[in-house]
Amino acid sequence: MEKKISLPLTDEMISSLHAGDMVYLTGTVYSARDAAHKRMIETLEEGKELPFDIRFQTVYYLGPTPAREGQVIGSAGPTTSSRMDKYTPKLLDLGMKGMIGKGKRSPEVISSMIKNHGIYFAAVGGAGALLSRQIKKSKVIAYEDLGTEAIREMYVEDFPVIVVIDSEGNNLYQR
Amino acid sequence: MRELDVRQIADAVRDMCIKINYELSEDMQSALKKAAETEKGELGRQILGILEQNLEIAADDSIPICQDTGMAVVFLEVGQDVHFTGGSIEDAVNDGVARGYTEGYLRKSVVRDPLDRVNTKDNTPAVIHYSIVPGDQVRITLAPKGFGSENMSKVFMLKPADGAEGVLEAVVGAVREAGPNACPPVVVGVGIGGTFEKCALLAKKALTRPVGSSSDKPHIAALEKEALARINELDIGPAGLGGTTTALAVNMETYPTHIAGLPVGVNICCHVNRHIQTTI
Ligand code: SF4
Repeated sequence: MEKKISLPLTDEMISSLHAGDMVYLTGTVYSARDAAHKRMIETLEEGKELPFDIRFQTVYYLGPTPAREGQVIGSAGPTTSSRMDKYTPKLLDLGMKGMIGKGKRSPEVISSMIKNHGIYFAAVGGAGALLSRQIKKSKVIAYEDLGTEAIREMYVEDFPVIVVIDSEGNNLYQR
Repeated sequence: MRELDVRQIADAVRDMCIKINYELSEDMQSALKKAAETEKGELGRQILGILEQNLEIAADDSIPICQDTGMAVVFLEVGQDVHFTGGSIEDAVNDGVARGYTEGYLRKSVVRDPLDRVNTKDNTPAVIHYSIVPGDQVRITLAPKGFGSENMSKVFMLKPADGAEGVLEAVVGAVREAGPNACPPVVVGVGIGGTFEKCALLAKKALTRPVGSSSDKPHIAALEKEALARINELDIGPAGLGGTTTALAVNMETYPTHIAGLPVGVNICCHVNRHIQTTI
């Protein structure tokens, strides 16, 4: 099924999405990959706040190429999600709802998704040029020193993803 | 003896880094086109269509094909009658990589130490493999490698008794385990024989062989074909969402080995299998 969704996600929207649905996302997403996840978790361990309010937000596992003059962002496809698995349950506990990446997730992540009513989308890996066209705004909001791994606040329009794991734990990769 | 200024190598490496991250080689382009025609799954065909469109956008709008523009792997085949001038050859290759990745708006994905993980900010150093060959020319093969697929690669130290069937199981098993993580459809480089490190290197080298070519050894060519057929029955498919195109090719390279061993390296590459060559 094809659906259009406006971000941020709500619990009702998440309940209406099922593994296998093609979804076009419009709204704000935050980029974060390995180094940003590590730092976010360290920040929490020090008892400090995350650099953005993660409640009901969607995080895109992305480290783009640099933008040329006149471009919003460079190539911007998903990275392999499993490297974030170690950090993910903590972020879901804090209210993160959506994740965009590619590839498998650990059983711990899946049970945390069920518990916290989260959803995992995949974007097509290796289609970074095409996906970058759907990103209309992009601004580094934290961890600028991490270069490509900094956290960006991005506005996407009709960003094409597919629901791989839904909030009930149905998994499209396990057909 | 031919004198060769290393700056020529640096410039060539720079240009190749940029070119191959915006435009795949002909063999890869036609393999993807062919796959879009033969894929039996509807979703698979749709994904392959997206990948083709992605290649067009990359070339037309000057956006790298994939955001992971890789760690630069360089094979340098140096003619033994070449005398390099103007500095160190290693510095020249790294200078070419630094300029290519900076001037070409490519991602800097290399950290200086595997544990402290500080980004070097110019994608250096490259991984360089040298070999000395007859003649007075230098052949440079550049293969920027993305790590989504690199991380799914494996070395197996099989027993001689495992034979061809053991090799097939190892190769197919590695692709099955990689599943959606390696950005299928993949290209599989396989190195059989040699030692622990030699089979891994052969596997990497195999990825630089044109997709669609087969081994010149008939029994290995047959094994490549069989491995490809079995992989494409796994129903992993484009983007791991199912279909008949899980791999575009299996390229195998062999080397003599020890009486007690059968090393097998499986280097998995995604559909953004970048390889480019030039001779100076
Ligand atoms: S595995 Fe290949 S296609 Fe996928 S993100 Fe990495 S470089 Fe890109």
